[in-house]
Amino acid sequence: MRITLNGKETGLPEGVTVAGLIALKKLNPKTVIVEYNHELVKEETWADIVIKENDKLEVLRFVGGG
Amino acid sequence: MEDKLIIGGQEITSRLFLGTGKFSPNRLIKEAVRSSGVQVVTVALRRVDLEYEEENIASFVPKDCILMPNTSGARNAGEAVRIARLARAAGLGHWVKIEVVTDNRYLLPDNFETIKATEILSAEGFVVLPYMSPDLIVAKKLLEAGAAAVMPLGAPIGSNRGFKTRELVRILIDEIPLPIIVDAGIGRPSEAAEAMEAGAAAVLVNTAIATAGDPVAMARAFGLAVEAGRAAYISGFGATQVYASASSPLTGFLSD
Repeated sequence: MRITLNGKETGLPEGVTVAGLIALKKLNPKTVIVEYNHELVKEETWADIVIKENDKLEVLRFVGGG
Repeated sequence: MEDKLIIGGQEITSRLFLGTGKFSPNRLIKEAVRSSGVQVVTVALRRVDLEYEEENIASFVPKDCILMPNTSGARNAGEAVRIARLARAAGLGHWVKIEVVTDNRYLLPDNFETIKATEILSAEGFVVLPYMSPDLIVAKKLLEAGAAAVMPLGAPIGSNRGFKTRELVRILIDEIPLPIIVDAGIGRPSEAAEAMEAGAAAVLVNTAIATAGDPVAMARAFGLAVEAGRAAYISGFGATQVYASASSPLTGFLSD
């Protein structure tokens, strides 16, 4: 299936959760923020959110800035 | 004499604010905070680069600092509001620096969108510090919109050109009953001191410190300059005049 991940159309197997996606991308869950269909979702809920066709995900992080 | 800086109901211990961009390596941020005594530190929110692993900036900022996310990357009020809400939901406290920029050459802020974002976020309980082009009418509207301080630029972001907006900022200091914080463009400690002598409540510095030969020592120099400039402003300057006025007594025994 196709989803939009950080603005890019991306292919993803069926049934993957947000937690699964973070693991798939080898990201440390403690250092990222996930916006799922324009809503911030807390880490505790990632394992329960099954990603669907056409979902929009933003994976964000705090970086240096002035 | 008591001279406290209070923003959002909180007493701020250092009048130097530090931006965390461009430090290399990032661990210098923590050392720069320590050497300068800085308390308010800005960070930005970005999409993760999924191709390679990056560091989490918050882990380089000492826990006793106030983290102030900026809304850089926002091109209108709506985007700034979205970033601020995300940052707060992510547990970054309720301070926010509004930064709305559409001009890519000089990175000058969109004052109108900044006013809109300030109004929305203040109403939601954020402590809002808007980055703005120094303009009295805009500053008045930011005050009405609930800004906790106003942050006029000294020169374009990252330019290290100094306190070029002096006269316009002086008017804000004179007319606006909010802390006026000179943000952006300050390149040297002497320029930070100049802004503080003019009555600025604080100065926000990033590039000048992060890209210095020794960022940690430069952070300390900025901290000292900001303190010196503030002390001078509070002391009240002596009058200037065209001709000399002897500071040693000239009347004396040689001419008798």
